[in-house]
Amino acid sequence: MYEHDVLVIGGGGAGLRAAIAAHEEGADVAIVTKLHPVRSHTGAAEGGINAALRDADSWEDHAYDTMKGSDFLGDAPAIETFAKNAPDEVINLEHWGMPFSREEDGRVSQRPFGGLSFPRTTYAGAETGHHMLHTMYEQVVKRGIEVYDEWYVSRLAVTDHDDPEDRVCHGCVAYDIKSGEIGGFRATGGVILATGGLGQAFDHTTNAVANTGDGPAMAYRAGVPVEDMEMIQFHPTTLPSTGVLISEGVRGEGGILYNDEGERFMFEDGYANNEGELASRDVVSRAELTEVNEGNGIEDEYVHLDMRHLGEERILDRLENILHLAEDFEGVDGLEEPMPVKPGQHYAMGGIEVDENGETCINGLYAAGECACVSMHGANRLGGNALPELLVFGARAGYHAGGRDLGEARIDTGPSAMSEEEDVQTPVSPGAIDAGDEDIAADGALVEPSEVIDHHVTAEERRVDELLEKEDGVNHAEVRADVQETMTQNVNVFREEDNLKEALEDLRVARERYQDVFVRDPSRTFNTDLIHTIETRNIIDVAEAITLGALAREEFRGAHWRKEHQERKDDEWIKHTMLAWNDGNPTIYYKPVELEGEDKTYEPKERSY
Amino acid sequence: MSTEVKEKETEQTETESVESSHQSRRMEQKRQRASQRDLEEEAREEIDDADETIEIKVFRFDPEVAGKEEPRFDTFHVPFFKGMTVLDALIYARDHYDSSLTFRHSCRQAICGSDALFVNGTQCLGCKTQIADLEGHLNSTIRIEPLPHQEVVKDLVVDMEHFYDQMEAVEPFFDADELPDGELEEQRQDRENREKIKMSTRCIWCGACMSSCNIAAGDNEYLGPAAINKAYRFAMDEREGENRKQQRLNIIEQEHGVWRCQTQFSCTEVCPKDIPLTEHIQELKREAVKNNLKFW
Repeated sequence: MYEHDVLVIGGGGAGLRAAIAAHEEGADVAIVTKLHPVRSHTGAAEGGINAALRDADSWEDHAYDTMKGSDFLGDAPAIETFAKNAPDEVINLEHWGMPFSREEDGRVSQRPFGGLSFPRTTYAGAETGHHMLHTMYEQVVKRGIEVYDEWYVSRLAVTDHDDPEDRVCHGCVAYDIKSGEIGGFRATGGVILATGGLGQAFDHTTNAVANTGDGPAMAYRAGVPVEDMEMIQFHPTTLPSTGVLISEGVRGEGGILYNDEGERFMFEDGYANNEGELASRDVVSRAELTEVNEGNGIEDEYVHLDMRHLGEERILDRLENILHLAEDFEGVDGLEEPMPVKPGQHYAMGGIEVDENGETCINGLYAAGECACVSMHGANRLGGNALPELLVFGARAGYHAGGRDLGEARIDTGPSAMSEEEDVQTPVSPGAIDAGDEDIAADGALVEPSEVIDHHVTAEERRVDELLEKEDGVNHAEVRADVQETMTQNVNVFREEDNLKEALEDLRVARERYQDVFVRDPSRTFNTDLIHTIETRNIIDVAEAITLGALAREEFRGAHWRKEHQERKDDEWIKHTMLAWNDGNPTIYYKPVELEGEDKTYEPKERSY
Repeated sequence: MSTEVKEKETEQTETESVESSHQSRRMEQKRQRASQRDLEEEAREEIDDADETIEIKVFRFDPEVAGKEEPRFDTFHVPFFKGMTVLDALIYARDHYDSSLTFRHSCRQAICGSDALFVNGTQCLGCKTQIADLEGHLNSTIRIEPLPHQEVVKDLVVDMEHFYDQMEAVEPFFDADELPDGELEEQRQDRENREKIKMSTRCIWCGACMSSCNIAAGDNEYLGPAAINKAYRFAMDEREGENRKQQRLNIIEQEHGVWRCQTQFSCTEVCPKDIPLTEHIQELKREAVKNNLKFW
């Protein structure tokens, strides 16, 4: 058994920041990650890091913009904690050597971004995430923090108390991809999930192949509720053929969107009369798809993003990476012609329910970054707010797990925070095929940490043996493709009740077929067939959670648009959609949104740009 | 949560039971459609329908699987579409023909650095290499191999440990002599200096350069182009200060450091991020000379 004070699962931005923080607290911390840290998808973030750094700006304005952007589904304590701490985190990164873009006077540059009342987005060219990821990994190397790279965590080692709030997480089980060893990992201080996105539930996504929602799926099955899963951000500017992201920075610098008629539709068709292209991402994505659906799309599929008028010098200085992406992945020269773009799945606002200290309702289990929902993005995340989020809350989770007193959190977690139950009518039953949860032992007898870990190691060994020994069956890739197809068709930017129900049926079929999956590759050496097969189960669980949330929320708020419910219903819906696995029989309930800030209450207002 | 089917069964009105049986019929059809999804069959149909197809010949090796302990090449027939990359072709082959075909990949957009490969005799990133750009791609076989000069773990996966060790040997972390102590006070860096290190900071640790380097192939202790570039990134960053720069020059000046480079430019040619690696190595040699003159 491997033992550390703190285990961080995932080596992207949130994981690295958490590990450094726990190390600063003097903890023996290790990172367990299925990729080498520098391969993580934080590296693909392009645009920037929002922080109120300058005198003319204030954290209060940043907090307000974030709350408004969230369409009043974010929690004030989370948002205020975030906005207050973001500037320190950015300066921290600078002190660690991050190569930020600079002003003439040598200070860190900031640029305008969608939904912001002040140009507060710091950046490093159009490859901010790459620099941030490498800068933090460098600091991990400097501190000698242990990294188990290419170890895939497939199960959390949690006790089996009936009430999830009584459970304790003692570690996890991980599979060494290179050797096939299945190892038990014990953490005495805490386990921090930092597994990133879940974009592989969709087939047109900016996310990496590795973003399979492992963290949300594992935490959900272990008993932690998942929150606001229906809130999926579709980024308005992705390349049509691959889903590769074209940064919001292009519009921040002055890039313009045109339809097939050559109209600047954001203004001319009244989608956002003030902000135009720099309206919030959900607004722009819907505008683009409306144009396409009304026959104004190019090749009935996409619109054009034009940055030629910015001039070669400015483009090369601030957006050079965009030229390479457009050239390499779409064959378009951004200096000579407009770039084709369409909305693509980009970010999950929802995720594992945590408080401002990163704690879930299970003792010793934390989550931070995209896999978590604290909740600060609510129904829509502002561009440039993901990177500072993973810094602020990655650090807090790391400090807290390392032993620092961060004060009591104001956000309540766990089923006891329920304000209201929901009974959603579904066409098929969701959840486990056989009720009873294989990820938790059922009899309440497992308490002693090493026994808990051994139990889970044995269970995992059995699962892997079964998958490898089966001679014939279904290839997981077929099941995964079916899930991605139905999600993109039915749970996309525009959502209708019938389609959501159809998706639930398709997901049920996928789950049934998954019962018969087998791994054709019999090898214990670097068996990616096995890893992908295990991931596909996580994809099914998160896809179902997204769809259930989308069916439950009968209103239009932020990224969540419902055909039958065309307005934001503040009287009824200023509440979080919570989904509990409940040992295989998922239940939906709600918990109130906290709009009470430190010194003020955030009054919901109409959100126009 | 309650399922609609159950509810309808208890209410038992005529229309609803019709709906209910309609529901179960629809589910049954879905199941059948899904079970018919056979990816190999799908590939056969797609190849018949495709205007053009390509052949990829892929290196296979697995130390513990019968028939694969001895390296061999497998050939896969893949339908070609405009914009198809080498990585797309590999994914197609894996998902339709042989799920044991093993290669690293993640971001698909040339930033994670996972999929450096040896394609038709050149190091490149699979995700960034258009099939259409490979000479004679429609009438000759495309040969895909793991990076040369690195130990093969399985199929196209090589052991990266040695590469990571070399990267870490140059103390690859920012380490300023002193930091500003005012609240929210950043270090100043002028644009020229940021511009100077810009290209060097683009490295994605893919290992293509190291694999292409003859010197690294012959001298296992040679730091290699990526690690020296990393040292350059910090040595040239004026925020760090003179003391640290001296220490950095001492590291790259050692026996297996910059002086091993014979300026063959192979690393620069294969770098997928267009980093002028050889120039950076040359510049460090000049810095080292200047440095030594100063101390003699």
